[in-house]
Amino acid sequence: MDYTPHTPQDLEAMLAKVGAEDLPDLFRELPQDLLFPPLNLPAPLSEAEMMRKLHELAAKNHSAAGSFLGGGLRAHYIPAAVGPLATRAEFLSAYTPYQPEASQGLLQAIFEYQTMISELTGLPVSNASLYDGSTAVAEGVLLALRETGRSQVLISQGVHPEYRKVLKTYLDAIGAELETLPLQSGKTPPAMIGPEVGAVVGANPNFLGTVENLAPLAEAAHAAGALFVAVVDALSLALLKPPGSYGADIAVGEGQPLGNAMAFGGPQFGFMAVRENLVRQLPGRLVSETTDADGKRGYILTLQAREQYIRRGKAKSNITTNAQLTALMGAVYLGALGPQGFREVATRSVLNAHDLAQRLRAIPGVRQLTPEPYFCEFVLELPKPPVEVRSRLAERGLHAAVPVPEEYGQNLALFAATEVHTEEDLAALEAALREVLA
Amino acid sequence: MIAEKKETRLESPLIFEKSVPGRRGVRPPAVPQADLTALLGAENLRPEPPRLPEVDELTLVRHYTGLSRRQIGIDVTFYPLGSCTMKYNPKVHEAAVALFADLHPYQAPETAQGALQLMYELQADLSEITGMEATTLQPAAGAHGELTGILTIRAYHASRGEHDQRRVVLVPDSAHGSNPATASMAGYTVQEIPSGPDGEVDLEALRRALGPHVAAIMLTNPNTLGLFEHQIRAIAEAAHAVGAQMYYDGANLNAIMGVARPGDMGFDVVHLNLHKTFTVPHGGGGPGSGPVGVKAHLEPFLPSPQVVRRGEGFALDYDRPQSIGQVKSFYGNFGALVRAYVYIRMLGREGIQRSAALAVLNANYLKELLKEQGYRIPYDRLCMHEFVAQPPEGFKTVDIAKGLLELGFHPPTVYFPLIVKEALMVEPTETETRETLEAFAQALGEVVRRGKEWLEGAPYTTPVRRLDELQANRKPKLRWEPSGQ
Ligand SMILES: Cc1ncc(COP(=O)(O)O)c(C=O)c1O
Repeated sequence: MDYTPHTPQDLEAMLAKVGAEDLPDLFRELPQDLLFPPLNLPAPLSEAEMMRKLHELAAKNHSAAGSFLGGGLRAHYIPAAVGPLATRAEFLSAYTPYQPEASQGLLQAIFEYQTMISELTGLPVSNASLYDGSTAVAEGVLLALRETGRSQVLISQGVHPEYRKVLKTYLDAIGAELETLPLQSGKTPPAMIGPEVGAVVGANPNFLGTVENLAPLAEAAHAAGALFVAVVDALSLALLKPPGSYGADIAVGEGQPLGNAMAFGGPQFGFMAVRENLVRQLPGRLVSETTDADGKRGYILTLQAREQYIRRGKAKSNITTNAQLTALMGAVYLGALGPQGFREVATRSVLNAHDLAQRLRAIPGVRQLTPEPYFCEFVLELPKPPVEVRSRLAERGLHAAVPVPEEYGQNLALFAATEVHTEEDLAALEAALREVLA
Repeated sequence: MIAEKKETRLESPLIFEKSVPGRRGVRPPAVPQADLTALLGAENLRPEPPRLPEVDELTLVRHYTGLSRRQIGIDVTFYPLGSCTMKYNPKVHEAAVALFADLHPYQAPETAQGALQLMYELQADLSEITGMEATTLQPAAGAHGELTGILTIRAYHASRGEHDQRRVVLVPDSAHGSNPATASMAGYTVQEIPSGPDGEVDLEALRRALGPHVAAIMLTNPNTLGLFEHQIRAIAEAAHAVGAQMYYDGANLNAIMGVARPGDMGFDVVHLNLHKTFTVPHGGGGPGSGPVGVKAHLEPFLPSPQVVRRGEGFALDYDRPQSIGQVKSFYGNFGALVRAYVYIRMLGREGIQRSAALAVLNANYLKELLKEQGYRIPYDRLCMHEFVAQPPEGFKTVDIAKGLLELGFHPPTVYFPLIVKEALMVEPTETETRETLEAFAQALGEVVRRGKEWLEGAPYTTPVRRLDELQANRKPKLRWEPSGQ
């Protein structure tokens, strides 16, 4: 079925008006041999048939709702109010707010979002969102290179390996060099920073889950004339120092922990906040308060000369569509929880993770790789291959043990705990892992 | 109606201004006593909590419900934004997505076979619709797809030892800004190709610009004037003759979805905007999805991983030694993929072709109605899914747009493409009724009849009136500050 409203009478009258005999005649000016190829697609389905097929597909998946999987996305609870509010039809079915008089709702919501991200990161300027955590890292680094006019990047191995891969793709494109600073005992060591380095990147907590003191790295970056980019876990900012306070010029990260479904990896949103003096280098949309013709407060897209539709080949980025709705979910989530609730989610996640780590590292043959202090994820060395362990756990209805890339070591698996877990859940995973490793 | 107008004309306090210390909304499960200093280290803890709003749940609900009433979308009114394909977003898509919300990208692949199967089938469906041989679902939006596609081309040239020689990407002057911006991000020099008097690419100018230094030409077809590039085959031949690759910006695929395939026209790469043609909701500016389809010679360079069939099941294939790498974490915006999949499978071949044809019919019908209202059509011929108009002599496009807002319609895209002065780019889409098109044309006539003075003051009853953009640019205020700071 399709969604066109045309009756036979409509068709007749409209075709007559435009001077076409029938629908194919509308394409009469195109090369005729191109037209109406025999597409190999299945027969159309009704809504009921479609939903049935989707339920069949969905039945082949196991829900990871209460899982212990981490590595960028985690199973946090999403308050019931978030979805219905953020996906109200007016938000869901709007385009980018180019006509501000008809888009005050979104523009104000983005302004509020920018304020929240600014509060979390301790940096004054947040953009309206980027695609995801990985592209936010890439855009943050490109920003630093534009600002410094340099072409080398030094990144801690503590940054998510997939983010580093994406960054490499972006840097290869412009011929910039990427050097990785290997972790030592799970932490980013002091670094020598050369005069051509424009961006130094560290993660907090890092990929192993460890909370790092990145201030020395930021200082070293500044001493060498580079900018410091901090990749931060959104939830951790409920408890940990904001990156703006330890020298980050640019803070980026993945917004999923803030009220977004895991959705098999997307969509969620990427966030970016910067120091005041970098605002004109910022990629993506930005909302400012202003006043209307009657002097009333309102909101509008601003500093658009940074963007592709004004600056074309000289734009700060090609980004156009971003992740507005998922960022809105983030804002609604933070509004729903408030500072106290947000802090409790983070605290409970930390406590659960520490409880879980203690249980799991007591299993014979298991060793914790992640040094203290760590947040709500940690890496264990297992006596069996993690891919196999993950599958055996899944057979028992438990999702855990993300295989960690070998650059960090052999037989490593990442675990996470969140506020959704109970003591029984932790005990169940412990028991299952004992069985699987026995 | 009057009551509603009043409500939306009121000041709209920020959620921070509704905050009251100690007030709480949603409560997480209880937290036992915790010594965070011991667990996380005193030196790592933030001295003060972030100043997030403190509101009860009902206040939160009223806040966002109130904001939504100060916002319009397709579900509210006609939204003929050219180049954006604001077609109806079926509600069944949202029901479909909910079935896949709780999947983690790192769960064991054998426990996500339904998701992988859906992706595998969608890769095939999109390849079929575009006439390509392989499709990646990883890019997060159209511009992201552009970058992916151009980098794929770049890797192909590099594999043939021609990267150093091919440093230029050709882009027509009618192109969307993201095209030249993408080419720059991929490290290329951008050269603009002028349009001819008929609004199409000037083939002679293109031939002159082509040479062994050209990596690719990026085209939108139909172009941003809503015109099909008739010489597309000749363009492709000329490009291929000098070894350049043909890039198709799929933002305008809705006109020819299933009717004519970019692959058959001679394109080597195509990106799709699933949030346009395949009706993933725009969400106020995203998230979207920008899959990229390629011909066989470019397949090895597509991002990693690809979804493949392995035995009875489906798997993620990371063994792609020539790949450009990864462009996004995980596998793409899966939620958008589910919606596009449902759309394609419900429409089927006929529904897809019929939708494209009716998008073209609606655009041409509306174009005729606009002429009757005194609007000028700079390139007046059978258009595709959209067309570009100009207001009657002496009227400004910005005023027409603001007048339309007063009459309850979202205006068309304004001042784009750049090659038409005072451009109004109108894309009605196939999901609009004839009555809506007629009412919109009437409104376009009405705003002109109300005269310039009225227009220059419009809009009057929207939540705010015209905003001071200059002030926002000169002295941007980008966040709320607590009073007294
Ligand atoms: C012609 C054209 N090309 C490319 C894009 C970029 O697509 P996206 O907004 O999905 O990044 C757009 C839409 O904004 C467009 O209209």
